[in-house]
Amino acid sequence: MIRLENIRKSFDGEEVLHGIDATFEAGKCNLVIGKSGSGKTVLVKCIVGLFKVSAGHIYFNNVDITRAGKKEMRMLRQEIGMLFQGGALFDSKSVEENVRFPLDMFTKKSDKEKRMRVDEVLERVNLQGQNLKMPSEISGGMKKRVGIARAIVMNPKYLFCDEPNSGLDPQTSLVIDHLIYEITKEYSITTVVNTHDMNSVMEIGENIIFLHKGCVEWSGNRDNVLTSDNQLLEDFIFASSFLKRAKEALVQGK
Amino acid sequence: MSIFTSIGQYMILMSHIFSKPENGRMYYKEVMRQMNAIGVGSIPIVALISFFIGAVTAVQTAFQFVGSFIPAYYVGYVVRDTMLLELSSTITCLVLAGKVGSNLASELGTMRITEQIDALEIMGINTGSYLIGPKVIAAVVTIPLLVVLSAALGILGGYMAVATSNTIKVSEYLRGLHAFFDPYYVTIMLIKALVFGFLLTSISSFYGYYVEGGAYELGKSSTKAVVISSVAILLADYVLAFLLT
Repeated sequence: MIRLENIRKSFDGEEVLHGIDATFEAGKCNLVIGKSGSGKTVLVKCIVGLFKVSAGHIYFNNVDITRAGKKEMRMLRQEIGMLFQGGALFDSKSVEENVRFPLDMFTKKSDKEKRMRVDEVLERVNLQGQNLKMPSEISGGMKKRVGIARAIVMNPKYLFCDEPNSGLDPQTSLVIDHLIYEITKEYSITTVVNTHDMNSVMEIGENIIFLHKGCVEWSGNRDNVLTSDNQLLEDFIFASSFLKRAKEALVQGK
Repeated sequence: MSIFTSIGQYMILMSHIFSKPENGRMYYKEVMRQMNAIGVGSIPIVALISFFIGAVTAVQTAFQFVGSFIPAYYVGYVVRDTMLLELSSTITCLVLAGKVGSNLASELGTMRITEQIDALEIMGINTGSYLIGPKVIAAVVTIPLLVVLSAALGILGGYMAVATSNTIKVSEYLRGLHAFFDPYYVTIMLIKALVFGFLLTSISSFYGYYVEGGAYELGKSSTKAVVISSVAILLADYVLAFLLT
């Protein structure tokens, strides 16, 4: 479980996060949603320690990482997997080398054990047999799946996904969403997904916080989204007139 | 960013690159890969440039000396000492600042922009140490070797120029190569190569590592890396000339 207490973050004196409080539960898909520029990515980067918070506390299973030393932080990071917006695969390494990299760096497993583990996670993300391909030879959706495989290869306790559906077609987006959801349940990971994709919200949003101008504007789950009377949330999720009509039909049970 | 901020940031990065590696074997592999890229990959350009610099120096010196009261064998002596003291180390490193420096800045800059460095940080890897350390180590090992090769090929270039022209006799050139030899000049050449190698890789890596923005900023940063490392090499050359001679 991850708990945020009054998180504030400023850049050059300008505050972009204004006291965020939230709890991300283990074994659940926790979504951070909001418009572009609402502070989602900054919040996630603060949680994983890429940005230092200006004020507040971040607890990973009751350990306050804002007070953690470098060594503690390094240890914690080995329990974190992250999927980046563009995949962030290492260009000079093949699919297998990318996935195997954390194992090579941090474990003393034999070559055979590492190969088995890599094959296992590649199979889990439906990429068996793609081991030798280079990142430039695979599609955007496949890159995301390799990114997921690399993120889970060390059996992390926490998984962060920064806009996992950006640049993908709706069908591939669903595949990625389902994959993240299944992996979260399978390994009982605390998953935090940062997204502005409406489909993701309705598919995997078990615990959602909606950010608006650096503040938590609303929180709930995917069912609450339909019944919420928060105007900002409604404008964000059901942005088009088609979606507004679809929501009305759903609420009225048509 | 002010020059003082840049220098401070550079110093902090340098302190990170010399910290203990997470996995020695992985670092060793990376050092070998970089030695191949920086050292072996630069042999053709260094060989070509050095050979012609030696040849041109021999021709120009012979043109100045022949017919004057200066003995002809001084051509070999001048070619040898200019190659050892200045041309092989400085010109080679200036060429490498362009070739290797822009390459390092672009590679690290692209890794920064595409979040590959963030991905390494998230895994708990000291990115300064893992990404820059092996490049610096590879450079300080291979660049002195390249400079030795450069000096040898420069002297050979001078020999070929003399042998294929009617300026001076080959035997005079060879006599000049043996005249007044001071082994300390080789030490100066190697010290220069070591310092220049460190400067060009660390400065170029610094500019790549801290890129912010997109393709435009990456291009600017790559150019800056080459310009600043070239200026640093020339400044260091001046300082070392004072200190070592």
